[in-house]
Amino acid sequence: MTTKKVYERPIIKKLESNMPNKFGMRTIFEPVTHLDGVEVKALAKEYGSPLFVISEKKLRKNFRAARQAFETRYPRVQFAWSYKTNYLSAVCNMYHQEGSWAEVVSGFEYDKAINNGVEGSKIIFNGPDKSEVDLRKAVTNNSLIHIDHLDELYMLQDIAKSTGRRPKVAIRVNMDTGIYPIWDRFGFNYENGQAWDALNKIMFSGVMDLMGLHTHIGTFMLSPAAYGVAASKLAHLAQSVLNKYGHEIKYIDMGGGFASKNTLKGSYLPGTDISPSIDDFAEAITSALMNSDYRPKNPPLLIIESGRALIDDAAWLIGSVLANKRLSDGRRSTILDVGVNLLFTAFWYDHKITPAQTFTSYTEDTALFGPLCMNIDVLRESINMPLLNKEDLVVIHHVGAYNMTQWMQFITLRPKVVLIDEQEKVHLIRNNETLDTIASLEVMPPHLSFFEL
Amino acid sequence: MTMKIKNNIAVSDNGFVFNPGSGESFTVNPVGLEMLNQLRKGLSQTEIIAEIQAAYNTEEAIIERDLLDFLDMLRQYRLIQLDDE
Repeated sequence: MTTKKVYERPIIKKLESNMPNKFGMRTIFEPVTHLDGVEVKALAKEYGSPLFVISEKKLRKNFRAARQAFETRYPRVQFAWSYKTNYLSAVCNMYHQEGSWAEVVSGFEYDKAINNGVEGSKIIFNGPDKSEVDLRKAVTNNSLIHIDHLDELYMLQDIAKSTGRRPKVAIRVNMDTGIYPIWDRFGFNYENGQAWDALNKIMFSGVMDLMGLHTHIGTFMLSPAAYGVAASKLAHLAQSVLNKYGHEIKYIDMGGGFASKNTLKGSYLPGTDISPSIDDFAEAITSALMNSDYRPKNPPLLIIESGRALIDDAAWLIGSVLANKRLSDGRRSTILDVGVNLLFTAFWYDHKITPAQTFTSYTEDTALFGPLCMNIDVLRESINMPLLNKEDLVVIHHVGAYNMTQWMQFITLRPKVVLIDEQEKVHLIRNNETLDTIASLEVMPPHLSFFEL
Repeated sequence: MTMKIKNNIAVSDNGFVFNPGSGESFTVNPVGLEMLNQLRKGLSQTEIIAEIQAAYNTEEAIIERDLLDFLDMLRQYRLIQLDDE
C-alpha cells in the first residue's frame, strides 16, 4: 500500500516586487510547540483552549534582573508589585516571595493584598478612588497612602483628627518630563505649584506623616530620559521640604510605565528591537537621583512599581483555529477562539502569534479575528501566517500584563489560567468560569420567573 | 459554466506561475500546483477532488472547500477564462 502525501490547502500568492522593506527584515516563523518544556498540545488537551499560561521561571528571572539593575546602581531599592497589571493571587505571591511590596489602586485590590498576607505597612495605596472606608482601613494598617487630590487630603485630615492616628502619606506629582501626553489628571502638578501647595498643607496640618513623593509619568514609556527628568524634579521637591521644614522625605516612588517588548500598533520596528531595557530605565532614574541636589542624612528609599515590563513576556495565551474564510477583497481570514475579550491588549499591540505545530514554508497574508460577534474583534489586521487548519493551535506571546485583569466576560466565559513552575510542573491557578459563576449573581423577580412561548 | 486556465499562462514544475498578459507572477504550493495542472488539463471539479483524495491524506469535504476557495483566488487574479469572456 502506498502512503498518501500530507495534505496542505492550496494557495496562490502574488509576487510583489515593488515595495522592498528598507530594513530587509522578513518574518521568520518557528513553531512554538512547547512552553517551558511543556507541550502546547498537551496543555490544550488537559485544560482546554483558550488557556493562559504563566511561566514562573521567566517571571522570577525578569524580577531578579530588574532588581539587580536598580540595586547595582542605588543603595536602597524597594519594588512594589502593581496589582492592576495582574492580580491573580499566585502571581502576586511570587512577587511577594521575591520581596515585592504591594501597590494597589482600589479598595478591592487593597483587600486582595491583605488577603494574600501582605502586611499593611507594605501596601502602597495609589489612585483617585479611595473611599472613606478604604482610607480608614489604610490608616489603621499604617499603609502608605499616596494622595491624588485635595478632597482626599482633607478626608485624611478628618480621619486623622477623628481617630487620633497619623496617616502615612505621600503625594502623587504630575509634571512635564518632555513627553506627550502629560498625565496631569493624576496627582498634583509640579510646574504650576499645586504639588508644593499640597506638601505645605500636609506639613502645616501637623496630623499626617509625610513619608514620600510619588510620580508615574505615563505608560509604555519608550524614553528613559523622561524618568531622569521626573526623578530630578521629585528630588528638588524633597530638598525644598528639607530646606523649609527640616523634614526628610523617606522615599521617592518613581512608579512604573516601563515599556515591555511588545510592539505598539503603528510602530515601524518591533518592540524587541526598540524598547529600552530595564537597565536603561534604572540608569536614567538612579543617575538623576544621585546627581540631584537632595542631600538628606539618609538617602531616600527608591520605590519602583513596574508591572508590565516584569510580567508581559512571562505569559502566553494558547488559542485554536475555529475556521478559515476568504474576505471580499480576497484576503484570507482566520477565526480564533481568542478575541479581544481575553486579549484586551490587542487594541494596543501587534502581538506576536505563532502556530504550535510544524508547517511548510508557504504563508498567506491573513486577518486574524476573534470569536465575538463584534466587528472590532480583531487580533491582527494583517499578519503573514503559515497555512492554519481548523483546530490548529496558536500561541500568542507577551500577554502577561493587563489581560488577566481587563478581560471581559462578553458572550462567553473566561478560561483557565495555569502556571508552569520552575520544575516544569503545571498548576491550575484560576479555574474557568461556568454559567453558574455568572448566573449565581443574578436575582429573578418572582413575576418574571415563568413564561410560555 | 466551466472554468479554464487561460491558455497563455505559464506554470513551471516548481510552482512558479507567470501571466504574460499582465506581467504578474505568482507562486503556488504543491497542492495548488497539482490543482492548477489538473485544471489546465481540463479536468472537472469532481475529477480533481477524486485525484487529490487518492493522493493525499484528507477528506473529500475539505478538498472541495479548498478547491472552491482556490478557484476564487484564480479568478480574482484573472488567471481563469470564463465561458462568457
